Amino acid sequence: MKTFDAVQLALFVGVLTLLTKPIGLFLLRVLDPRGKTWLGPVVGPIERLTYRVLGVDPTAQQNWKEYSLSLLAFSLVSCAFTYAVLRLQHYLPLNPQAFPPMTEHLAFNTAVSFTTNTNWQSYVGEATLSYFSQMVGLTLHNFTSAAVGIAIAAALVRGLTAHSIQTLGNFWVDLIRINYYLLVPISVVYALFLVSQGVVQNFSPYTHAKLTEPFTIQIPLLDTNGVAVTTNIVVMAQTPRIGTDGKPELKGGKPALEDVPLRDAKGEIVHTNLPVMVDQKIEEQVIAQGPVASQAAIKMLGTNGGGFMNANAAHPFENPTPLSNFVQMVSIFAIASGLTYYLGRLSGNQAHGWAVWSAMLILFLIGTLVCWWAEARGNPIHQALGVAVDGGNMEGKEVRFGVFNSALFATVTTDASCGAVNSMHDSFTALGGLVPLFNMQLGEVVFGGVGAGLYGMLVFVVLGVFIAGLMVGRTPEYLGKKIQAFEVKMAMLALLILTLSTLGFTAWASVSSWGLAGLNNSGPHGFTEIFYAYSSANANNGSAFAGLTANTPWYNITLGIAMLIGRFWMVIPILAMAGSLARKRIAPPSNGTFPVTGFTFVTLLIGTVLLVGALNYLPGLALGPVVEHFLNGQTQLF
Amino acid sequence: MKEIVKELRSAVLATAALSIVCCGLYPAVVYGLAQTLFPRKANGSLISDASGAVRGSHLLGQSFTSERYFHSRPSSAGNGYDAANSSGSNLGPTSQKLADAIAQNVADYRAQNGLSTNQPVPADAVTASASGLDPHISPANASLQLGRVARARGLKPTQVEELVAKFTEGPDWGVLGDPGVNVVELNLALDRLAKTPLIKTASIP
Repeated sequence: MKTFDAVQLALFVGVLTLLTKPIGLFLLRVLDPRGKTWLGPVVGPIERLTYRVLGVDPTAQQNWKEYSLSLLAFSLVSCAFTYAVLRLQHYLPLNPQAFPPMTEHLAFNTAVSFTTNTNWQSYVGEATLSYFSQMVGLTLHNFTSAAVGIAIAAALVRGLTAHSIQTLGNFWVDLIRINYYLLVPISVVYALFLVSQGVVQNFSPYTHAKLTEPFTIQIPLLDTNGVAVTTNIVVMAQTPRIGTDGKPELKGGKPALEDVPLRDAKGEIVHTNLPVMVDQKIEEQVIAQGPVASQAAIKMLGTNGGGFMNANAAHPFENPTPLSNFVQMVSIFAIASGLTYYLGRLSGNQAHGWAVWSAMLILFLIGTLVCWWAEARGNPIHQALGVAVDGGNMEGKEVRFGVFNSALFATVTTDASCGAVNSMHDSFTALGGLVPLFNMQLGEVVFGGVGAGLYGMLVFVVLGVFIAGLMVGRTPEYLGKKIQAFEVKMAMLALLILTLSTLGFTAWASVSSWGLAGLNNSGPHGFTEIFYAYSSANANNGSAFAGLTANTPWYNITLGIAMLIGRFWMVIPILAMAGSLARKRIAPPSNGTFPVTGFTFVTLLIGTVLLVGALNYLPGLALGPVVEHFLNGQTQLF
Repeated sequence: MKEIVKELRSAVLATAALSIVCCGLYPAVVYGLAQTLFPRKANGSLISDASGAVRGSHLLGQSFTSERYFHSRPSSAGNGYDAANSSGSNLGPTSQKLADAIAQNVADYRAQNGLSTNQPVPADAVTASASGLDPHISPANASLQLGRVARARGLKPTQVEELVAKFTEGPDWGVLGDPGVNVVELNLALDRLAKTPLIKTASIP
């Protein structure tokens, strides 16, 4: 842990704090259908034209069922659109590397993944996807899934703070306004900043660079059909020769031997099946290109996290400098942080907004400190082999980011539902890797995904005031609204379904041959790879213990289902809760009202989040990272 | 039912409209501005030699094994520094495979750079990076390789030191990130130095 590292952490928290109010105020204007922004003169006409094209009356209000229906219709159609783009990319333009279409299960997984703001990547971006697929098929969802998340959060806050109304706003207006006024304008400036740091933005075919020092590798020989040639030699075994009389023949007093093909238990002739290898001289470095900057900007701002390249934000073309890294981390939290201010403003209780923000910040700092400490401490097994202790754990980390910025990024990306990575979480120390995993299992409410973080946290607020109400024996209230059986049922539904899905799929995969076949690591770490995958899919995060080979039909489909559950089983109960809350009257505060500001509330909220997370997931975590940590201390390898 | 059809129609049109704005207009504007304002960076910060041939990118590492060059970190991208196949090793803390690889790398590193068998080796020198394309090595790693490179090239250590200092990047603004030595730029600069008689040219395995 170096001194500069602490300065960087302070700088990060400082910048985030300063951004919260201005972003919150801007959100206030964007999320108000009649709100004016300085972009109005340019964007206003395009906005009105879009409503006309859509056949939407921007002044019409929707109740929670209509709002949900619009949201589901849009998610369904845009998901199908991306599936089609991925399956047809060989017919579409901007495919200079001539990539073939994605397989059905991979295209399903990818389309669902981006629609649900997960951006789990079962594919290798630069080796699978055309520029068109990236720029249109995927980037569309980087914008829209983020906008949908913000829209749901806004609908919930409207429901919480409105007085005896039936409606939550208009989904189409929210969707368009969030994109046109918030996400697209910021992304233009942001993408240009990224290019100034070295992020590429072009449509060129991949560059061939002449290596200073060519090298030779061995590759499998392929026949004309592209199939690997194997030795295919019959394995012979010596057996006693049987004479015409049916008895073993003798030669010089000993049984005469002959060579016969070896047969296996089924009587089949055994062949050696070794691939034939040939030398290949590598004289060039093929450099992947593409419109990366425009995608990298929105992937962070919208907490999507799907990288253009396989290595995501660890790739120097997506995240070239420590400065670009700093801005990317801030941008993951920026909108989510601003939304807490929006909550404070709309509820007429700014201190409540800051109280929620403080709870998030404290949870963030706890995660960061644990992860940073674990990674800076390094791996005792490797240190015993001669690795310098002061370097920390550098496996799967980039020199320009070092241990601290890798740990901070990992915490930020999993506190939010971003899932972009600038280091490989799979290679973190056991406890360092536990932090991102547990962050996702807490429901990503620590700032969280854009919108998703706030509505997730409000579920915990409802639960928290309910628990507080039980303790003092009064009907719980939140912002003057009675929290009754329906709200608590919806909150519990959202939480329990997620837990059931995460634990259920993990357990299934852990005892199935298809689940174990994809592992890159054995022992407890292998279990953690599976646990991480389903936690990430259900939390709509998208980061991975990437050693897991998830591009198989089983994984692609089960993870896709987990992502759908994680998004829509959360969203629908929340909108139902918003609808129910909107109808209620606001009761004036009395001296029995539980205050939603101040130390007690923040403690209660943090306690609720940690308690629910720990009750649900500690047994699983004990089998994975916790046991691995102790085995690591005893230099047990797998 | 009528309501659902109406919503689906709006959804199709919204998908189309947003595709045009977010996936056509937006990347095109960024492309135009990027190519005008930062053409070199927008195209990959490519490094060309005197003959105009592209030799790599300022941002991407390459593999070096000869003792005349500074060596990059181990890489798990394809067959090593494959810039069309970025990847880390994704091996965990209790992986036997990773421990074996690190033990081998430590032994190689000590042998190549004449270190004693109990001298600690910089962490970045024996571990694979996240992208497999890390262009940097730590200054500590560079300083341990410096003597070997200077000897192999018949240069004074101070000459090599100067170049290492020249290609040491970061931290940004003095605080952000960790410092790193750009290996590709450094090695190309070494090759450009006035050709001095070589003591030996044999490469090490």
